[in-house]
Amino acid sequence: MLTALLPEFNIERDEDRCIQCRVCERQCSFDVYGYDADHNVMVHREENCVACQRCTVLCPTNALLICESRYAYKPNANWTREAISDLKKQAETGGVLLTGMGCDKPHKNYWDHILINASQVTNPSIDPLREPMELRTILGRKPDKLRIVNGKLQAPDYPSIELSTPIMFGAMSYGAISYNSFKSLAQAAYEFGTMFNTGEGGWPKELRKYGSATIVQCASGRFGIDLEYFNDASMVEIKIGQGAKPGIGGHLPGEKVSEHISLTRMIPEGSDAISPAPHHDIYSIEDLQMLIHALKEATDYQKPISVKISAVHNAPAIASGMVRAGADIIVLDGLRGGTGAAPKTLRDNVGIPIELALAAVDTRLRNEGVRNWASLVASGGIRNSSDVFKAIALGADAVYIGTPALIALGCTVCQKCYTGKCAWGITTQDPYLSKRVNPEIGTQALTNLLRAWSLEIKELLGCGGINSIESVRGNRLQLRGIGLEDWELETLGIRGAGQ
Amino acid sequence: MKDLSKVNNPYNDEKVISQCSIFGMMNTSGELVSGVPIITAIRNMHERGNGLGGGFAIYGCYPDRPDDYCLQIMFNTLVSREETENYLERFFHIHHSEEIPTCPLDAIKNPPDVWRYFVHPKMEEMHEVISEDDVVTRRVMRINTHLESAYVFSSGKNMGVFKGVGFPEEIADYFCLEQYKGYIWTAHGRFPTNTQGWWGGAHPFSQLDWTVVHNGEISSYGANRRFLEMYDYICTMHTDTEVIAYAVDLLARKHGLPIETVMDIFSPPVWEQIDRMGPDEKKYFNMLRSTYGSLLLNGPFAIIVAHHGEMVAHTDRIRLRPMVAGIKGDMVYASSEESAIRLVSKELDRVWIPTGGHPVIARLKVDEKHDVIVGGKELPGTTVMEAD
Repeated sequence: MLTALLPEFNIERDEDRCIQCRVCERQCSFDVYGYDADHNVMVHREENCVACQRCTVLCPTNALLICESRYAYKPNANWTREAISDLKKQAETGGVLLTGMGCDKPHKNYWDHILINASQVTNPSIDPLREPMELRTILGRKPDKLRIVNGKLQAPDYPSIELSTPIMFGAMSYGAISYNSFKSLAQAAYEFGTMFNTGEGGWPKELRKYGSATIVQCASGRFGIDLEYFNDASMVEIKIGQGAKPGIGGHLPGEKVSEHISLTRMIPEGSDAISPAPHHDIYSIEDLQMLIHALKEATDYQKPISVKISAVHNAPAIASGMVRAGADIIVLDGLRGGTGAAPKTLRDNVGIPIELALAAVDTRLRNEGVRNWASLVASGGIRNSSDVFKAIALGADAVYIGTPALIALGCTVCQKCYTGKCAWGITTQDPYLSKRVNPEIGTQALTNLLRAWSLEIKELLGCGGINSIESVRGNRLQLRGIGLEDWELETLGIRGAGQ
Repeated sequence: MKDLSKVNNPYNDEKVISQCSIFGMMNTSGELVSGVPIITAIRNMHERGNGLGGGFAIYGCYPDRPDDYCLQIMFNTLVSREETENYLERFFHIHHSEEIPTCPLDAIKNPPDVWRYFVHPKMEEMHEVISEDDVVTRRVMRINTHLESAYVFSSGKNMGVFKGVGFPEEIADYFCLEQYKGYIWTAHGRFPTNTQGWWGGAHPFSQLDWTVVHNGEISSYGANRRFLEMYDYICTMHTDTEVIAYAVDLLARKHGLPIETVMDIFSPPVWEQIDRMGPDEKKYFNMLRSTYGSLLLNGPFAIIVAHHGEMVAHTDRIRLRPMVAGIKGDMVYASSEESAIRLVSKELDRVWIPTGGHPVIARLKVDEKHDVIVGGKELPGTTVMEAD
């Protein structure tokens, strides 16, 4: 079909370097390249290019350069190229615009407006290479107080999970991502002593051996759920919402539901897997309480139950209710949280940044005196180790990361996950593409990432004269804001730099 | 409500920073001893302070009135004393009151009036199930946060806190402390980084009969403070010592945990050590760290915590502040420097540097044989220096 859209990217090929090996053609899953045998040259369909850079990286002679398109409309601050292209797409299709990954709009990124403290003179900084530096994190409900009776500690035995570092892999379902990517996450979490989250797409039987590193989800579609599924895992998460698409469900098209996915999700092969927008047994907080307790019964009170919501305007009040309803862990997923597929308009406009939501929820739970009753996990838009540190200082117990893990597996954030054509083999079920992720190499990349971030967090702790992560938790005095207005500082509960 | 943080923290720093000398001594037989040794000892550590704060806590100093709460209160104005006394009369039975005797000296400028009141709370007016201790705590908080220019130094029974702006030996002279006797004495010489003109900001910090003297700067202050705020402690002074005092009050008094456990919460073993422990001990530390992780005191500190019957010397787990302990007969000493102990007791049965994170606990003997627990845990790595 003739499209009126301009190509998003230009492909520049250095013909002197090109040896017509056709690697680019084989690697591209978006049908950009062809080979003209008559003239022995490669031909391009630029309009198909998504700038995933697979061809650029694999070109043996560095003959390719994919760059931002020089095709241009007349510059206009309101009618931007994106605005015009979106309208043309809608005129051509009449459909909802889809996209993948997290919000790419320049909403204020508060992590970049927060600075961290260090020790000078009056308290010594600590060298993490010489001194113990502790990142171990325990998630779950904590007692309000302990008692010692006749020399014996008496405490309620709340279930918990233990992490070697306060970083977990967030929910990415098998279906949304390839089997090899899913397996890499499972193995890496297991090896490193942290957790990965199955998402709502079930949990393949052969990966159950990683149960001590697995969080399973119970979402509105209830895919792949049975008693074993809950009890083989370390924690069960009720997914109410997702930062990238608050208030809506999910849709895995039938063509992606292969035999193995069908077995894992417990749905017929080739049928669409549709997650409703709400849980149809949760229309209010008391319904959530019933599901939480149903899951606690199902797991014999041995597993902590978490509830994940997207960060919305009244998150503090909702979170407080969730804690009172019995959630052992609250997960907040912010505006910039990733997704395999979401309507663009929701992804870019619904929800609030995780930094503000996290600070507001932590403050509320403390004011209500219930902060001990639940741990707090922040997710959506965490990019590096200092973001993790800042999240913990704002009040999080741990974080989920999604996009950084996928980037470690090869992702270049081209935002085409929803097409199922991921050239890096991550968000695809095409066997030809998905074998591009080698689970052993993927596991290594992911454990490298966790190790690097953990070492950096230890450096950040040490420079602040602190040798244990729990002394950073909620320690907002370790943070200062820069370039923030009074209401933002107040919401974050931090002082301005120099104050 | 008056803003104590402004009084104690004129620059609105996130916390008031000060470093110090500390000294404590206890007679474990309960014999009342003179303050001359501790004044001598703390004077010897003059260089560790800068003349902007000194203070003492004495236990057993009011043997004639052992069952009354003794409120030692400073007033900056006559009006504030009248106002406070009205408040006291409203809520307490006052059995005796007097101005605390002083010996004016050149070094002490512009001192406040300091009075003591021997009282009992009017329990008959309480319409809730509440202990006398809790009532006294509540009233003292009220005076400290609401009554202008009045501040309660201490509120325990048969004990008192004497403190002010000056070197500790000057404060001792000013309050004529060589005339007092007690079985536990603690002392503090202060080196605040800002000019502090306020007497209430000196150590010891006190809540009922619990006192804390502290040398260090708690890097976990923000986390500790926010945790305590959940339990309704209002950290008005913006000092890390205040946070330690409240943490002791919460854990030892309100949650009823033994002092050893409180110290285990302040400086628990590292996880790697805990992993190697037996099941019971492992569970104990796991529970402590997961429940009270926010009260782990991180950063450099050496503290001497006291209440009736116990004196505890403790440091952070990587021992970033000095502490030396010594024993001679029934006397147990804890000090920032060994020289100060040697000065008052040249001969010692034992003197050692306690391992970081392991408390030295001196406890009153209840009979001839038992309950003298002195020394805490001496683990490998403890430096034991034999007396000469």
